Amino acid sequence: MLTRYTAALAAVLFVSAAPFAQAADKPTDPQIAHIAYTAGVLDIEAAKQAIKTSKNKEVVAFAKDMERDHEAVNKQALDLVKKLKVKPEDNATSQALSKAAEEERAKLAKLKGAAFDKAYIENEVAYHKQVNGALETLLIPSASNAELKSLLETGLKIFQGHEQHAEHVAGMLK
Amino acid sequence: MKAGALIRLSWLAALALMAAPAAAATIEVTIDKLVFSPATVEAKVGDTIEWVNNDVVAHTATVKGGWDVMIPPKKSASLTLKAAGAVDYFCRFHPNMRGHLDVSP
Ligand SMILES: [Cu+2]
Repeated sequence: MLTRYTAALAAVLFVSAAPFAQAADKPTDPQIAHIAYTAGVLDIEAAKQAIKTSKNKEVVAFAKDMERDHEAVNKQALDLVKKLKVKPEDNATSQALSKAAEEERAKLAKLKGAAFDKAYIENEVAYHKQVNGALETLLIPSASNAELKSLLETGLKIFQGHEQHAEHVAGMLK
Repeated sequence: MKAGALIRLSWLAALALMAAPAAAATIEVTIDKLVFSPATVEAKVGDTIEWVNNDVVAHTATVKGGWDVMIPPKKSASLTLKAAGAVDYFCRFHPNMRGHLDVSP
């Protein structure tokens, strides 16, 4: 059990040394729900900042896609936890994610024009890569409720789409 | 009626049947969890493709440099095929979604 967890953690660490490394243990369903929901909220906030700041048509369109999709997925997540009577539980991973996002937001707030666009999109690629890696190697395998697992799996496919979409926009900005 | 005339008549009827263009069809492609199914569709010019989106997020059916169909969540959208040929299409929002159409004249 410990070895399996260590392997999963090592895989996450390989993707990124950031927030998920702080998960002290295999997350429970209430923690997984909280992490997934928080990850969505943070990307919506990033999108709102980009919609307000960017003048680039492609970047704004991408940010609106992020806002719309993550809101739809998070609504599904809320409906599910209500149905399952699960209470999302705050945890170290959610907190670390929020802290990293706050720092990124402050960094982006100092930029404008093409520099902002480039930094926002590059962070979107990195962020989706990080969240997708965590979903794949830690959150989905750890989820014990079948409906939660299935929602996370669909979420993963949507966010993998976002990662490719962000890479495409990043390519256009070069 | 002579047997010859009868045969000629049935020949004409058969020819008329063969020459009549097949009625245009509507072909349904469902979208479930970011998968177009069937992924490959064989159709004819004049047929309509109807995409039925069962997901909670919007998708598109987009051909690079060609048409672009927006498919809202839990809704459907359609397109009547105007040109023959093989086309690959994808979703602009989730480029990991791919489909293919073989359109015969
Ligand atoms: Cu899509």
